[in-house]
Amino acid sequence: MTGPDSRAAVSFENLTLGYDRHPAVHHLHGAVRTGTLLAVVGPNGAGKSTLLKALVGELAPLQGSFRIEVAPRQIAYLPQQNEIDRSFPVSVFDMVAMGLWHTLGPLRGLTQEQRARVMEVLAQVGLAGLERRAIGTLSGGQLQRARFARLMLQDARLLLLDEPFNAIDSRTTEDLVALMLGWHAEGRTILAVLHDLERVRRYFPECLLLARETLGFGPTHEILTEARLAEARRIAERFDDHAPVCHRPPIEIAA
Amino acid sequence: MIFDFVLGPFLEFEFMRRALAGCLALALGATPIGLFLLLRRMSLMGDAMSHAVLPGAALGYLAFGLSLGAMTVGGIIAGIAVAIASGWVARSSVLKEDASLATFYLMSLAAGVLIVSLRGRNLDLLHVLFGSVLALDGGSLLLIAAISTVTLFALALLYRPLVLECFDPVFLRGVSRCSPIAHYGFLILVVLNLVSGFHALGTLMAVGIMILPAAAARLWAATLPTMLVLAVCIALLSGVLGLLASFHADVPAGPAIILVAGLLHVASLVLAPGGLIGPRLVRRPHLES
Repeated sequence: MTGPDSRAAVSFENLTLGYDRHPAVHHLHGAVRTGTLLAVVGPNGAGKSTLLKALVGELAPLQGSFRIEVAPRQIAYLPQQNEIDRSFPVSVFDMVAMGLWHTLGPLRGLTQEQRARVMEVLAQVGLAGLERRAIGTLSGGQLQRARFARLMLQDARLLLLDEPFNAIDSRTTEDLVALMLGWHAEGRTILAVLHDLERVRRYFPECLLLARETLGFGPTHEILTEARLAEARRIAERFDDHAPVCHRPPIEIAA
Repeated sequence: MIFDFVLGPFLEFEFMRRALAGCLALALGATPIGLFLLLRRMSLMGDAMSHAVLPGAALGYLAFGLSLGAMTVGGIIAGIAVAIASGWVARSSVLKEDASLATFYLMSLAAGVLIVSLRGRNLDLLHVLFGSVLALDGGSLLLIAAISTVTLFALALLYRPLVLECFDPVFLRGVSRCSPIAHYGFLILVVLNLVSGFHALGTLMAVGIMILPAAAARLWAATLPTMLVLAVCIALLSGVLGLLASFHADVPAGPAIILVAGLLHVASLVLAPGGLIGPRLVRRPHLES
């Protein structure tokens, strides 16, 4: 087991992200250490998913920049479930096996060992025996288990999870949280967007409270105070069509 | 008797054998592309693209008359230009892909018909709109076969990224840079096969041999490889039965082929496990778990 070290896995330099000139993440500055298990929390519309999208290159910054220390193939991104077309005729095995993309590429077939590895991760997430099923026949929880199995095969150093436990029953959530804690214990850096603050307090040592603005970035027990959460709810609802152009200098809040 | 009815026309007439070879090539190339269009919920996009091919083919016709090469190159350039332009408009403006494609194909169709009528006769316009599968010459047949060959090789290379692009594009973009290659490569294959189908079946019906067998196969099969094989078989069967109907009943071959494909689709819709009545015909008792 490797503990968190002082090297930054992700650093933000006055990062502003947004849509149509309106900021969704405003002047984010700071760094996430390698091996951190970080919860990104905040009300709806606070910019949490936007932040993860930017980190995987789906959205260009309006201002500022960020830096990721690991190579792009060492990053795994789990977007929300609605990004998947579940009516497509593909089996659970084939979907999960795509976690080996970096070794398979577009053309190579699976070796016996790789097939065995896919079956192994399917068993680890509790989907043994369902490998031939079409993904459209899985329940929401089972599909999330399959996506976690695919994450395991990706073997990434930086994991970006967008609401990984949303609309999942408590038993499945417990299993998936246990897997995530295992990845953390292996020294991987995890940024997870979450809504359940009790779960954040219980499992996540560090937290980033977003409400477009950064309201806190540090140890969870210091950040998730009633006063800050109330402030987050107030700010997240602010949206002005006629807002003036922002000239604010960056604020430094280091994790 | 049945032997004469089924094999006679093909044994006796070279134009029937050419038409059959054309149908075989189209079934092997265009139909798998149609299945991916269907699974990507882009069936109507294929229809729109088939109209987009028209002004290019018409310009080729205006310059060189009924020349295979000029109409093919013109069609491919116009089709790819519309595919790229509508994709660009969809990403960079508030219009979605279906709206931007609709605007482009309507303009293309109007321009195409106008260009053909500038020089042509009604007969030429009919050829462009409805094709001439019974009059395929060596050059057209070679072109259709070449496009099918290219399509099969390209599909083999693009299969994995294309499947991912269909059901989990965000994952594909995360793990590789293949996403634009899969997307635009697929669009180019759509255009190539529409041009290929256009020579045999015309711009209005080229998309029929792509979508109808694919929709029928989707109703029967549960996995993609089975669906691909079944769709090709249904397309080929439509070709054979359509040509025979055309020969014996003396009706135009293109519409006959597409109508047979349509009938096979309707029969599948009624009988297949994924259809309307099939699941209700055989009521099997439910399981314990």
